[in-house]
Amino acid sequence: MSEAVLTVDNVSKQFGPREVLRVERLSLAAGRIHGVMGPSGAGKSTLLRLLNLLERPTAGRILYRGRDVHAYRPRLELQRRMAMVFQKPVLFDGTVYENVAYGLRVRGVRGLEAAGKVDDALRRVGLEPLRRARALTLSGGEAQRVAMARALVLEPDVLLLDEPTSNLDPNNVALLEGLIRGASGGNGTAVVLVTHNVFQAQRLADQVVFLYEGQVVEEGLAAQVFEAPGDERTRAFIRGEMVY
Amino acid sequence: MAAFGLVVARDPKLMQIIGLSLQVSGVAIGLAALAGIPLGTWLGMQPVRRVRLPALFLYTFMGLPPVLVGLLVYLLLSARGPFGVLSLLYTPTAMVIAQTILALPIIAGLTMVAVRAKDREIRDTAVSLGAGAWQVALTVVREARVAIVGAVVAGTGRVMAEVGAVMMVGGNIEGKTRVMTTAIVLETRRGNFEMAIGLGMVLLFLAFVINTALYRLQGVSRN
Repeated sequence: MSEAVLTVDNVSKQFGPREVLRVERLSLAAGRIHGVMGPSGAGKSTLLRLLNLLERPTAGRILYRGRDVHAYRPRLELQRRMAMVFQKPVLFDGTVYENVAYGLRVRGVRGLEAAGKVDDALRRVGLEPLRRARALTLSGGEAQRVAMARALVLEPDVLLLDEPTSNLDPNNVALLEGLIRGASGGNGTAVVLVTHNVFQAQRLADQVVFLYEGQVVEEGLAAQVFEAPGDERTRAFIRGEMVY
Repeated sequence: MAAFGLVVARDPKLMQIIGLSLQVSGVAIGLAALAGIPLGTWLGMQPVRRVRLPALFLYTFMGLPPVLVGLLVYLLLSARGPFGVLSLLYTPTAMVIAQTILALPIIAGLTMVAVRAKDREIRDTAVSLGAGAWQVALTVVREARVAIVGAVVAGTGRVMAEVGAVMMVGGNIEGKTRVMTTAIVLETRRGNFEMAIGLGMVLLFLAFVINTALYRLQGVSRN
């Protein structure tokens, strides 16, 4: 097993009186793709937001290479080791190029260095011809590819993906899945992929986490979980029998 | 029309009034925007429950009666007031202060609403891409810029049409503090309705020119 980049340690998250997530222990390793599955409302997106420091846990700790993320200083440095792609990508009002360059710009990377990286990322997502197009005029699939390029160009330690292919056609799904594999294998990035799509999780994930009503009910090697799920709820979800 | 005749003839008195109107309103809007946009942005980025009271005050101050502002500024700047020593009463500076107070809540309040409408998704995206606090704020302002220009347009309308406060703190002194709106009041009181209406049309034309410029700025922002 590779080194744990992020570790979730006895974390719970409440919104008001309602507890939406409780995870005792979860390790996310470098160079691995962690598929997070579960029905709607299982706490998948909340888990991603906690990992991306967009929310604070109500209790427990999240560790980055052994250090508590909320005690980590400077915090921005830690934030910049991660990138997230949201289910519904929000593009900034500017060109495709400006959107992909955003993360580099806020890190102070500009000029030729930034241009080279952005062009490379755009080529990888097949959007080089649209580099000067206004981002807000793109189709849903193109916008999702821009969002992916915007995250990949940063070469993060941790890549958090919230249903990144849910609105895409099969060609684009294949393209993005290739990029996700590349990020994990080539750059040693720890990838957390939230997906409803069991087949996608089977294709991509090395490890699988199954969340149900805010709790991890099953976790393990993907091959193992898909072949012989230990929990009845996981089995029902994988077989498509879960009603939610 | 007499007023347009004076404009065409570049009557020095009228030109002085127009110049002072633009100067006072321009400086007031500039100051109100300088303070109001950051204030509105900050308020807009806070959790709603945390700024409920300041937001309520801001909304209330958006409807401040100009005569009340005029009275307060008058009391502050009059010889017996705390700032009387500065001898600012009946000067263009006093008029700028009053108009800034009137425009500030409008610009801050509408900026707050604009930022709030954009904040969550834009902020999350910017943070997830590694933006620091200032960079996030600038990104949110940039994304809300069309609506923020709209806030400045609303503030401009407020100060350009305002008469009560500038009359009280400026005194409508010819050659010194007389602006378009106070000149219109004076001409009306004198019974020179044709002149008053003419000045009103000139004021309307100036407002049209200024708003055209701001509208274009809004369009540039959008495109």
